[in-house]
Amino acid sequence: MENVISSSGLVKTFGQTRALDGLDLQVRRGEVHGFLGPNGSGKSTTIRVILGLLKADEGEVTLFGGDPWRDAVTLHKRLAYVPGDVTLWPNLTGGEVIDLLNRLRGDVDPKRRDELVQRFELDPRKKGRTYSKGNRQKVALIAALASDAELLVLDEPTSGLDPLMESVFQACIVEERAAGRTVLLSSHILAEAEALCDRVSIIRAGRTVETGTLSELRHLTRTAIHAELAGSPDGLSSLRGVHDFVAEGDRVRFQVDTAELDDALRKLSAIGVRGLTSQPPTLEELFLRHYQGEGGDNR
Amino acid sequence: MTGTWQLVRLALRRDRWLLPLWVVGLALFVIGIGSSFKSLYADQASLESFAASMSNPSLSAFYGPIFAVNLGGITAWRSSLVLIISALAVGLTVIRHTRAEEEQGRRELLGSTVVGRQAGLTAATAIALGASTVLGALVALGLTAMGFGAAGSLALGLEYAVAGWLFTAVAAVAAQLTQSARAARWITILVLGVSFLLRVVGDAGGDQNSPLSWISPIGLLQRLRPYGDERWWVLPIVVALAVAIAAAAYALSARRDLDAGIIATRPGPARAGRGLRSPLGLAWRLQCGNVLGWSVGFIVLGLVLGGAADSAQSAVEENAQLADALRRIGGDLTISDLFIGALFAIMGIIAAAQGVQLVLRARAEESAGRAEPVLAAAVGRNRWLGGHTLMAYAGPLVSMVAAGLFTGLAYGAATGDVGGQVPRILGAALVQIPASWFTVSIAVALVGLLPRLSGLAWGFVVAFLLLGQLGAVLQLSQWALDVSPFTHLPKLPGGDVTVTPLVWLLALAVALTAAGMAGFRRRDVG
Repeated sequence: MENVISSSGLVKTFGQTRALDGLDLQVRRGEVHGFLGPNGSGKSTTIRVILGLLKADEGEVTLFGGDPWRDAVTLHKRLAYVPGDVTLWPNLTGGEVIDLLNRLRGDVDPKRRDELVQRFELDPRKKGRTYSKGNRQKVALIAALASDAELLVLDEPTSGLDPLMESVFQACIVEERAAGRTVLLSSHILAEAEALCDRVSIIRAGRTVETGTLSELRHLTRTAIHAELAGSPDGLSSLRGVHDFVAEGDRVRFQVDTAELDDALRKLSAIGVRGLTSQPPTLEELFLRHYQGEGGDNR
Repeated sequence: MTGTWQLVRLALRRDRWLLPLWVVGLALFVIGIGSSFKSLYADQASLESFAASMSNPSLSAFYGPIFAVNLGGITAWRSSLVLIISALAVGLTVIRHTRAEEEQGRRELLGSTVVGRQAGLTAATAIALGASTVLGALVALGLTAMGFGAAGSLALGLEYAVAGWLFTAVAAVAAQLTQSARAARWITILVLGVSFLLRVVGDAGGDQNSPLSWISPIGLLQRLRPYGDERWWVLPIVVALAVAIAAAAYALSARRDLDAGIIATRPGPARAGRGLRSPLGLAWRLQCGNVLGWSVGFIVLGLVLGGAADSAQSAVEENAQLADALRRIGGDLTISDLFIGALFAIMGIIAAAQGVQLVLRARAEESAGRAEPVLAAAVGRNRWLGGHTLMAYAGPLVSMVAAGLFTGLAYGAATGDVGGQVPRILGAALVQIPASWFTVSIAVALVGLLPRLSGLAWGFVVAFLLLGQLGAVLQLSQWALDVSPFTHLPKLPGGDVTVTPLVWLLALAVALTAAGMAGFRRRDVG
């Protein structure tokens, strides 16, 4: 599959700070790609390099196969961007900003724009300075979603949105993917990424630490099992991939690497199961394992 | 009021360079004029002849009347613009620490801590009052130390201090009225401008007791007459006025919500108009208020001073001795040409300041993160900065054309020669443009090449202003005067037109602009 965004070994320093430290990111055509990392890990810097607003000190980046620093204008016609911290012109109305941004990119589809204004329940006649953070975010989102750009670059697009609007946003992204658009979605909200993304890249301190499809990454996570057994839990704790094993009478709880889940379940049913709950693995857990330093036994 | 002291310290920390710079700078300006006059006019006879040559209606219009023919008196007269500049600086300081903070949302953060409702207003007011008091004290002490009369020096110091107090209160009210700091600044400038113009019109007639000058707060304060039989009773009137206005500010502030203005913001259009489709369209939309506001100011100034120029001329013609003295200073130039030339020299620098303000708006857009969404659309770096730069060149041009046309019309109407005077005076106004543009191009170069230092552009404006206004008084050497582009302009109206310096200035402006644009293409945005 063709890469819409391809970057490797990006390095960017600001004075003493090394914001990007050899970052790699590949976004394929037609996918929703989650770009995950905590605050200050370099997500926004990476996006600005991809947009050609910053020039990387080292490494290579291509956008639609072109050089975003050199060919910014032609490449930008094919994308729409929502900045992480949306600031609007204080004396322009939200409606004016939406129209302006779309005209700068190409043409506006007024029907689609009005539909989105309604869906996001935005009052487009208010002046920029009077919008709350969530409403400023909506202005930028509507401007991006109303465009016919092939690629949407969204930097933490749901920060400040209420849960209702967040679900409207998620519905929109699902539609965009169905329409064949590519989305780069930076976030630190893992539930959002799990709900929307085909593939994710996780970065930490300016470096990519994991990348893959959700199921590939789930493979790296652990499932939590609580079981009530018919027999004694001998041999369970010594199984490969079982961690934090606790037995209390006939009740056991443990975590198991998702890759070894099958073996553990076979063993459980051999002993005999009266009750079983399992907690599916979340990105959260993987995320925490990556960010809580070198704690825990990494595989 | 809880927390006021912490807020005062915060504001002083933020203004630790700015505040001392203008307070000490203005005080040194006055003291410098005093010391140079002291060395130039040693005896009463030379003072008398200087005062006689300066006592014409047009200069009275600009600086006010000379109330006392002694060193202190002419120093107070020559530095009367300090009243305006310090009042403006004080007003901007108040708004910077009240409405601007609120608009940026920082007030909200502070307001959630243990800080009283009126603490922000009180802290800003306290700083502005303190700064104007320090300015007054420095002037009074400095002039007394030079041997000027102690009572007169105290009066002059109090004149500056009390003007600062008054405009602290005016700005405090303005900060309550509107939601945007920009609008609050314009209200303050408007009040100051009207108050100045009332005095200008009042004093242009040559009558020291024109009612217009008495109702203008600026005119009223000048009628304190430092060094010449001081009218001390003027001070309590202005102080009472300041207290009343400040009380209004507190009452308004107690009544309104955070972030709200007394004047509500109306909803705007739901769709963008036709013009808003390019970076230039956006720059125009953001800056058209600025351009129109300035041109109205220049039109009013032109009408008032163009009319005053002729009455100056006739006053001089009645006085053979004065006419003779002026001919020695200005050569063949007539007094009205001298006056209009001096006026345009100042207006040219004001227009340059306007252009610098327009360029720095681009940098402000960038720092606020509003350049990013535009540059992430299909907009190149040149088009974005070019839009703002074009506005920055158009603004001063429009202002000077307005100034030239309306000064010419007023002067032409007064002399009965509209057809002859308008093109002549318009030409004299336009000759300032290359120097204004050169100043603007310095700002463009800074924004492109040294964005973090782009505020330095104001330093150039102030330096050019001081060289033009004080260079001759301080008897600086020619190479120092030559630093300012305005020194090189032909002396119009009346003088000879020399094209070479104009071509040079334009060429340098083009080169600096190109350098700035190239720098902006090569650097990171943000």
